Amino acid sequence: MIVAICFYIFAAVLVGSAVMVVFSKNPVHSVLFLILAFFNAAGLFVLLGAEFVAMILVIVYVGAVAVMFLFVVMMLDINFTELRKGVQEYLPIGLLIGFILLAEMAAIASGWSMSDDIATTITSATPPASEVTNTDAIGRVLYTDYIFLFQVAGLILLVAMIGAIVLTHRNRPGVKKQDIGKQVRRRRHEAYEAVKVKPGEGI
Amino acid sequence: MMEIGIEHYLTVAAMLFTLGVFGIFLNRKNVIIILLSVELILLSVNINLVAFSSYMGDLVGQVFTMLILTVAAAEASIGLAILVVYFRNRGSIAVEDIHLMKG
Repeated sequence: MIVAICFYIFAAVLVGSAVMVVFSKNPVHSVLFLILAFFNAAGLFVLLGAEFVAMILVIVYVGAVAVMFLFVVMMLDINFTELRKGVQEYLPIGLLIGFILLAEMAAIASGWSMSDDIATTITSATPPASEVTNTDAIGRVLYTDYIFLFQVAGLILLVAMIGAIVLTHRNRPGVKKQDIGKQVRRRRHEAYEAVKVKPGEGI
Repeated sequence: MMEIGIEHYLTVAAMLFTLGVFGIFLNRKNVIIILLSVELILLSVNINLVAFSSYMGDLVGQVFTMLILTVAAAEASIGLAILVVYFRNRGSIAVEDIHLMKG
């Protein structure tokens, strides 16, 4: 009963905030509604018994990705009303494609059922929650059977980090910065000059 | 109605996916909203994976959810970096102008 009520609340707010992400006029509001959507998706994950993924979703998406979106939206000086001009024009085709997609998925869902021998296809069964916590169970699977994928995920993050830095980095002229190569290349005769000064006169 | 089965979660995920695709078509000029819509689509895939993982009693779905999360974070960072560079060069983020590299 409680689970059902929680599910319907989370699902309703999730879908509603997704609608607002798509339709709101101000992109800052879109990002804030996306954050709300992620919180409610995390609630759904908790209902499903996947606490670790739910917390990761909140930390990674709300803490990192959404804040990054907010930074970019607020940093760039964009005329958003200009960008919303064609919305009326694209509305019919968007609705059409949305309805086609929904109809296709409904067609799949109507003729779908879970196989009876589903238990034989399970590769790493979930241990009972009373004995092993969700985080512990995921760790046991992730660091043994899927260690290679885990390493590749780390590599993807490294490549993304380097790519983002290389893309956005720029050398601005007129900024004083330490140039170690130039300091090392400097020779004595460039640094000072010996001048013969006659007694009683300045330079 | 009061018994929440896997179909309920799959329905929510299907609605989210459709909304994401719809958002891409609706905001064709605004790259930021398109990126947000892609995040919505990835979220719907994650909900599907976790729902199946939970109802089948198989942990692999949750492992793959985390991998999708990783790739989504990388994709968002690279996309926004490209967006910032593009805005610096052109002064706008209109998508239909991005055909300069067309052969």
